[in-house]
Amino acid sequence: MTRYLLRGATLPDGSPADIVIDEGRIVSTAPGAASDGPGTIVIDAGGLVALPGLVDLHTHLREPGFEQSETVLTGTRAAAAGGFTSVFAMANTLPVSDTAGVVEQVQSLGDAAGYATVRPIGAVTVGLAGERLSEIGAMAQSRAAVRVFSDDGKCVHDSLLMRRALEYVKTFDGVIAQHAQDPRLTENAQMNEGALSSELGLKGWPAVAEESIIARDVLLAEHVGARLHVCHLSTAGSVDVIRWAKARGIAVTAEATPHHLLLTEDLVRSYDARYKVNPPLRRDDDVQALREGVADGTIDIVATDHAPHPRESKESEWDAAAFGMVGLESALPVVQTALVDTGLIGWQDVARVLSTAPARIGRLTGHTHSFEDGAPANLTLVDPSDRSVFTLDRLHGKSVNTPYEGLELAGNVRWTFHHGFPTLRDGVLAPADEVAASAASIAQHRIGAQSHG
Amino acid sequence: MRHLLSTKDLTRDEAVRILDIAEDMADVSTREVKKLPALRGKTVVNLFFEDSTRTRISFEAAAKRLSADVINFSAKGSSVSKGESLKDTAQTLAAMGADGVVIRHHASGAPQVLAQSGWIDAAIVNAGDGTHEHPTQALLDAFTMRRRLFPGESRGRGLDGVSVVIVGDILHSRVARSNLWLLRTLGATVTFVAPATLVPLGADTWPADISFDLDATLALTQPDVVMMLRIQSERMNAAYFPTAREYARQWGLDDERLGRLRPDSIVMHPGPMNRGLEISAGAADSAQSTVLEQVANGVSIRMAVLYLLLSGEREALA
Amino acid sequence: MARTVLQQADIARALTRISHEILESNRGANDLVILGIPTRGVVLAERIGGIIAGIEPGVDPAAMVGSLDITMYRDDLAKHPTRTPSPTQVPRQGIDGKTVVLVDDVLYSGRTVRAALDALNDLGRPRVVRLAALVDRGHRDLPIRADFVGKNLPTSRDERINVRLAEIDGTEEVSIEGSSIEGSGTDA
Repeated sequence: MTRYLLRGATLPDGSPADIVIDEGRIVSTAPGAASDGPGTIVIDAGGLVALPGLVDLHTHLREPGFEQSETVLTGTRAAAAGGFTSVFAMANTLPVSDTAGVVEQVQSLGDAAGYATVRPIGAVTVGLAGERLSEIGAMAQSRAAVRVFSDDGKCVHDSLLMRRALEYVKTFDGVIAQHAQDPRLTENAQMNEGALSSELGLKGWPAVAEESIIARDVLLAEHVGARLHVCHLSTAGSVDVIRWAKARGIAVTAEATPHHLLLTEDLVRSYDARYKVNPPLRRDDDVQALREGVADGTIDIVATDHAPHPRESKESEWDAAAFGMVGLESALPVVQTALVDTGLIGWQDVARVLSTAPARIGRLTGHTHSFEDGAPANLTLVDPSDRSVFTLDRLHGKSVNTPYEGLELAGNVRWTFHHGFPTLRDGVLAPADEVAASAASIAQHRIGAQSHG
Repeated sequence: MRHLLSTKDLTRDEAVRILDIAEDMADVSTREVKKLPALRGKTVVNLFFEDSTRTRISFEAAAKRLSADVINFSAKGSSVSKGESLKDTAQTLAAMGADGVVIRHHASGAPQVLAQSGWIDAAIVNAGDGTHEHPTQALLDAFTMRRRLFPGESRGRGLDGVSVVIVGDILHSRVARSNLWLLRTLGATVTFVAPATLVPLGADTWPADISFDLDATLALTQPDVVMMLRIQSERMNAAYFPTAREYARQWGLDDERLGRLRPDSIVMHPGPMNRGLEISAGAADSAQSTVLEQVANGVSIRMAVLYLLLSGEREALA
Repeated sequence: MARTVLQQADIARALTRISHEILESNRGANDLVILGIPTRGVVLAERIGGIIAGIEPGVDPAAMVGSLDITMYRDDLAKHPTRTPSPTQVPRQGIDGKTVVLVDDVLYSGRTVRAALDALNDLGRPRVVRLAALVDRGHRDLPIRADFVGKNLPTSRDERINVRLAEIDGTEEVSIEGSSIEGSGTDA
């Protein structure tokens, strides 16, 4: 394998580093210590911040079933372009990822593509129908070794079923990632409920529909002593509930999406369905509360909720349009714009909320690190000085439903290394066949290593 | 003016201009030859995704009196109900050379999406979208008020100082929204009266007084205008109020409440009425009622709007 | 540079003469309806009505004079930004069987009069229609001529005729502007 020297990078803690990558691992990071031997590719990383490979706990890869929107291959290309080396694939595929067979298929598609590590999420209930538990044990013990279970897109709203799910996943060190949305309070809901929804005549999506489910779930988690993860917090009240729960010692973790950290409901005035998302964009007060929540650790992670949709799903009247936004390529620039450049968090926090914390919650092994020698070479180099208007040509998935087109964002991902292989090279994606070949050789190598170990 | 999507977009001058032109159009409607050649050769499409015979025939009469060709496109039973998208429908109409599209849609914002889309270059008139707006209804209501309150000297003026009480299902009413913005622009004051379940969340930030008590409001404001909104019976099933009888007792304009109004105040209803629910037959048929004038004025207002949007050379895209 | 061709007294004399000619051709004021074409034609119609009332005893000018808006009947609506129409006010007696005299300030291409005839047609069926103009500047596009003319003013197409009336403009005169840059006359 090729040896790389990333010269002049800055680590998340601000220290300078010359990062040497060999055999898929970080060999050393000491400045000046690395030599430019023959066969070493030297990359000028001056001015670039090195982050551990980003981990997205909330990605919709759409395969199997919705390949017109995204596939595992195209979704992980988008991930690599955004600096991600690992993504957790949500279960709302067709068939639903509620059996060992489907999650193993998703996992192996990811392994073959090679752009990022794909970890399937299993459905909590059969067919996401919210009626009976899916075969959580079988998925946990399959080759995919599922640890995160979610009916995302739908809420596990039945209180008894949620209690059972929380209890049952304890058996496998799993976690329930809840999409908190009271279905009765949000029937046909279209946008945040408030003065604006009333003016625009769009059915309101009250904050309490999210907050009441979170409040119930943290109490259930406390009662049964289980781990709970709450997806995409969107309201100030949700942050308060999580803060309260954590103070009480409840094992809850929470996530916010980049779009909820930057965008507000005012965009809906255009009736442009690019801004239609679940949960909906909220008020500026909510955005500020979410930012505070990330800054003070109430919110553990930022996850994209990357939700690709074909053009026709958004080119329509608001009510008929699909919910969701793509977000892998824009996640890091949005986090820098909303949190770093506003002085709320530093790059070490970015490494935490976008890499180490989601990896820990998802029980992702052998992947993340703090740039220690011998760590797996999953990392990304970002140019924090870049200020550019976000354009569709920065997207590499199948769909272009981004809300950021035309918006100036800070920061740009230049390089991504997945297991020591550069999937993104100075802003350009590596060819699919090269990445696949590299992934195959790494897999061989691993199997070899395991048989010797 | 390129499109008419919302009364919120109208300046006072624009609104008064529409009302004044509607006065001229109303004169035409009293002649033996109720026709003007202003839109000869223009094509107006009535694109109705929602049934509304009253609104459609009003626009149809307006367009025909201006000599436009009218195509009625009802989405019911057409390719639209078989899943054809708004985009395909719009592009079809564009290919047919529509100069103006009058659109009624169950989805709020659909007219605006059409106007912004680039799928069609025609002037778009919002004929009611979801629970958002119904601008021509508000314009005809303002026109009716102006004529009734200032007989013979209605031209050129707004509705400064006029007090309007709007009663009923504010939450779901596009008529209430369009009226609020337009009436405020024209200088009137507005009070919404409804059970708390039918007041939109956040309406306290709107430029209207909110009241739950019809009797207290009528006594306090002595309004110039009382506008009753249609109550749909399915609201009862969704627990907005318990029974029709309770609603009528609390928020209906019955004969007794009618008797307490000032004799010169007027009673309006956008139709169709539920007699005995939100309005009694006595109130609906009283001399103070403007219900039939509203229908006649609707044609004049829609003529004025179509004339303004379609007669001149098209303004460049904004 | 504008050159004044009619002053206040000239305009008054022209209108008086036109009024007499109207009465003469109609053999009195019976069944006479005078309709001005907005904007300045309406003012001229009102003045003619006043003069006639002064000549013929017992004539009520309000019952004889009205206005006829032709905006909706123009043949160039689509070539200009949207025009705001003016009211049409026909005397209560109507126009059926009457002698209608249309009054405009400047007669030029004849297209305004063509539109006025169409508008009149939608209002009723007069016995005869006559045309009075304060100024006839020539250059007709249509087979139309005036029955009563205040002043014939030979012009070139590059010139512009400005009619100013006290009720609208505060001053009273008719002038010619010679600039070819400023475009065509007031009645397109």
